Amino acid sequence: MNIKQNIKTLIVEKPLKLDCGQTINNFPLAYETYGSLNNEKDNAILVFHALTGDQFVTGINPVTKKDGWWSYAVGSGKSIDTDKYFVICANVIGGCMGSFGPSHENPKTKKIYGTDFPVITINDMVNAQINLLDFFGIKKLFSVVGGSMGGMQVLQFISNYPDKAKTAIPIACTSSHSAQNIAFNELGRQAIAADHNWSDGDYNSKNIVPDKGLAVARMAAHITYLSKKGLQEKFGRKLQERDDLKFGFDADFQIESYLRYQGSVFVDRFDANSYLYITRAMDYFDLVKQFNGNLSDAFKNTKAKFFIISFTSDWLYPTQENKDIVIALNAVGANVGFVEIESDKGHDSFLLNVPDFLKALKNFLDKSYAEKNL
Amino acid sequence: MKPEYKIISDLIEKDAKVLDVGCDDGTLMEFLKTNKNANIRGIEISKEKVQICIAKGLTVIEGNAEFDLKQFPNDSFEYVVLGQTLQAFINPETVIRELLRVGNKAIVTIPNFGHWKVRLNLLFKGTMPITNSLPHDWYNTPNIHMCTIKDFVRFSKIINFKIFKSLALINENVSDINNSNLIFKNLFGELGIFLIEK
Repeated sequence: MNIKQNIKTLIVEKPLKLDCGQTINNFPLAYETYGSLNNEKDNAILVFHALTGDQFVTGINPVTKKDGWWSYAVGSGKSIDTDKYFVICANVIGGCMGSFGPSHENPKTKKIYGTDFPVITINDMVNAQINLLDFFGIKKLFSVVGGSMGGMQVLQFISNYPDKAKTAIPIACTSSHSAQNIAFNELGRQAIAADHNWSDGDYNSKNIVPDKGLAVARMAAHITYLSKKGLQEKFGRKLQERDDLKFGFDADFQIESYLRYQGSVFVDRFDANSYLYITRAMDYFDLVKQFNGNLSDAFKNTKAKFFIISFTSDWLYPTQENKDIVIALNAVGANVGFVEIESDKGHDSFLLNVPDFLKALKNFLDKSYAEKNL
Repeated sequence: MKPEYKIISDLIEKDAKVLDVGCDDGTLMEFLKTNKNANIRGIEISKEKVQICIAKGLTVIEGNAEFDLKQFPNDSFEYVVLGQTLQAFINPETVIRELLRVGNKAIVTIPNFGHWKVRLNLLFKGTMPITNSLPHDWYNTPNIHMCTIKDFVRFSKIINFKIFKSLALINENVSDINNSNLIFKNLFGELGIFLIEK
């Protein structure tokens, strides 16, 4: 693993009872902030990251030395304007960027947890992050925002803490992880498990990493984040640095080379066991079931103003699943706006330079912030 | 701003909860927010128009009124407004029923196909009428179910809803429509504005 410098960490002393039954306390929650908290403490936005994200939302990630995962949306003058808002993002528990996760040492055994780490849920992630509000002395967030798994955390956060955020923006997400999405996650997990190096999760003690399995998991997942049209336009059948097919199994096509590259850079920054744990948390997410089949009940106590965004080419978290959230909110008379953004960039649209999306996000936030009586 | 917006606003009580169906660029929503302090939501089919509404800070849901009204529970709103779009729906009857299910009252405005210019247009030209308020050719018009003020009054009896108030817009002047002047208003009214109830 990388040497984790420049990581801010809150040690959460308060015991947290996990959905699996175990209780954890004195656990680290790594976070980063951007912008500054105003005197009224009413300009804070809690951003939730997706499966492979981390707390380094924008600017240069000090660990990977690459742009933060939401650099298009967050920053000075951007949709989530750090000149105006105080942006907080925490690494989810189960993650591998400093928060309590499977690559941490188990104090009881003095060994790396690996698969002895408790299975965590989206609910657990959110319940860990609520501690950041006390830490910063924030009574009510201006907004909770996130895409994909981040969006699930937004929904769970509002459900758990209905009066802790004025606005909520779940993007390209779902209230209940679909069979198709569970299937893709299982494919990724099985790719990791099939790597001999994985050693039933105990690779740390052997100083090896299941990099091949993790890379395959990433490659498969990456395809699901794009759209057929987007892939076809970007790569088509273009060949990779060659004039003709080589009649072998090297990367003849640019798309193959691209996926291999995506896989290879991913293993440098991500922990295989974290990948297992976080995908599991997504699969277990079913807010509908949590409320006995009536999603509306998850939102009946909130006055938060919602803005739901989906993308036309997102087949992983399609518009209809986002609309189901809108419908549930309308059923309890919640204040909810919704827009489906036209984009060929698939599920990844929320991370990319999609001007209509960035514009909608900015307008919603800025206009809502101007309504002081919200 | 369309002349009927003031008239619609006058029909709505202060602080009412209102849904604007087919809210377009949110002009009426803003007007009702400012003038009536309305708690207002919109539903709009065009992505561009939804974006404009968001930029104005309005709460709008992208959707098709024909299919997406069903997500609202009964009596979610005190008023539901449907401005000049009834004629564009595949099934206007269903839409009216939905408006009156979702809202206690509905305000429906219709461009009057019985207007004398429309009639003359067809009579003398022998082609489908094109006027200021109906600028499309027959083959590209979104207006597939045109009706007259008289048709709408008859419609209320056929599918059984109450017309609480009916107004005609003639040269930006508003006047009441009643049984005795219906023939006249149907000839000169450019727009019919109806406050209806179940």
